[in-house]
Amino acid sequence: MKKIEAIIQPHKLQEVREALKTIGVDGMSVWEIRGHGRQKGHKEIYRGQEYQVDLIPKVKLEMVVPSSRVDEITRALAAAARSGTIGDGKIFVSDIGEAIRIRNDERGETAL
Amino acid sequence: MNPPRMRSLKLLAFGLLTSVAAFAQAASEAAKGTDLAKSIDDLKKAVASAQMSGDNAWMLTSAALVLMMTAPGLALFYGGLVRRKNVLGTMMHSFILMALVSVIWALVGYSLAFGEGSAFLGDLRYAFLYGVGAEPNPDYAGTIPQQTYMIYQLMFAIITPALISGAFAERIKFTGMLLFSTLWLFVVYLPMAHMVWGKGGFFNGTLGGKFPAWDFAGGTVVHITSGVSALICALYLGKREGYPKEPMRPHSVVLSVIGAGLLWVGWFGFNGGSAVSAGSLATSAFVATHLATASATLGWMVMEWMIAGKPSVLGAISGAVAGLVAITPASGFVKPMPAMIIGVAAGVVCYLMVSKVKQKFGYDDALDAFGVHGIGGTLGAILTGVFATREVNDLRMGKAMGLIDGDANQVVNQLIAVAFSWALAIVGTIVILKIVDFITGVRASKQDESEGLDLSMHGEEGYNFEA
Repeated sequence: MKKIEAIIQPHKLQEVREALKTIGVDGMSVWEIRGHGRQKGHKEIYRGQEYQVDLIPKVKLEMVVPSSRVDEITRALAAAARSGTIGDGKIFVSDIGEAIRIRNDERGETAL
Repeated sequence: MNPPRMRSLKLLAFGLLTSVAAFAQAASEAAKGTDLAKSIDDLKKAVASAQMSGDNAWMLTSAALVLMMTAPGLALFYGGLVRRKNVLGTMMHSFILMALVSVIWALVGYSLAFGEGSAFLGDLRYAFLYGVGAEPNPDYAGTIPQQTYMIYQLMFAIITPALISGAFAERIKFTGMLLFSTLWLFVVYLPMAHMVWGKGGFFNGTLGGKFPAWDFAGGTVVHITSGVSALICALYLGKREGYPKEPMRPHSVVLSVIGAGLLWVGWFGFNGGSAVSAGSLATSAFVATHLATASATLGWMVMEWMIAGKPSVLGAISGAVAGLVAITPASGFVKPMPAMIIGVAAGVVCYLMVSKVKQKFGYDDALDAFGVHGIGGTLGAILTGVFATREVNDLRMGKAMGLIDGDANQVVNQLIAVAFSWALAIVGTIVILKIVDFITGVRASKQDESEGLDLSMHGEEGYNFEA
């Protein structure tokens, strides 16, 4: 099992979800985050006071999938999230030791 | 024709018939040589009672509108501008004054402001609201119960100290704030209100003032006193921890927009109600207020657009408040076009004040109570002397009211009143801050400040994630 974490542009969320749905991925967690990588922030001005805002709003998706599907899923995800500009985000893949379905104690990939 | 209108027409017809009948009856009585004088007397009473109903309805409405300016108006306006950890504390600074000032006002405040007393302070004739009932007080308002006048004036006493809270936001101790506001009311507000509006007051324009100054709804009494005191508070308390290095962006301009909208609407009661009647003067003040505010909004927006590059929403609403402030003293004395000039001037000057001058001097007037109220109020008070005209408000029985109207001297009187209110606010506030600092302390501890006033002072949070 692998965990896929993707940090993407907020406005790409809908496209990514649709792309993943068409290849049969329907479980994920999504949250609004703030952060930055190489992308520069922006300037905001309140009554003449300038603020450099470096932490930019992003959306983070997280899903745990069977190892065999990682390649296919990350490709679809990246394709849907890509606009070709700086700030498109990143995908991280990591190993998962165990998965347990709380309802009936199922374990392993069947619990996904 | 819809049914309600039909009904009102029927009512009108009925009213006409009965009054004609009454008149006919009165006439026949007169013909019989019976009590004509009594009929006329009854008629006079009926007319007076009708006028009182009309005026009283508007004045009670105005009182409610002015209360609405403090909360939710100012509470939202200021609340949105602070960081989220201080939103409740900031709203409380406005809300609690609706309670605290009301009690003080009923006990002695109204009397010290509006009792005859000396030229500088009222006496205790109305203490505990003694004698303040259904009878009008002809010195102030001959057509409404004095109790209405009292409650209307109370709403001004509530919002004035609340305005100051913009300067010490995010770093004042709650006990210190309560004590400060109480003392400030006695030392600055009540004397100033008496001098400008009270019978025999030093600057009173109609009731025997030595230097009659025009202040229709509180340019000196409300905005200069609060704005200048705000500057003193900002200087005395010092900057917020981390200012200006740490980002202190408003946590929700959305709240501030709602607040500014409520302030704009409430201000019709503030200025329109200051006519203390429901006649054409109230209309004139209402119109002047609205047009000045509209012009000030545009003035600020255009300035900011040209200088900073973008027309911010915070800029637009700040411009509106600046316009409302500046037109306050002038609203019952000027025609619509001068009102718009006052508005534009306020928008431009206050924008430069908060975005350029403040940065230059580096004081931390957190929410710009001085830049908007102190400066806008001063500008408005002076321009009142320039644009006041007898065509709007003929207080001098046909003689000129202001500079353009033909009396240059009035500008001098306005300047004297302005200088005096600045001086009283500066000296009074310094003394009070020293006293409060000695008794309870004024500034929150470093730890309380960094934790946020919501949690450290009130044990609550404005936005609870789990709830």
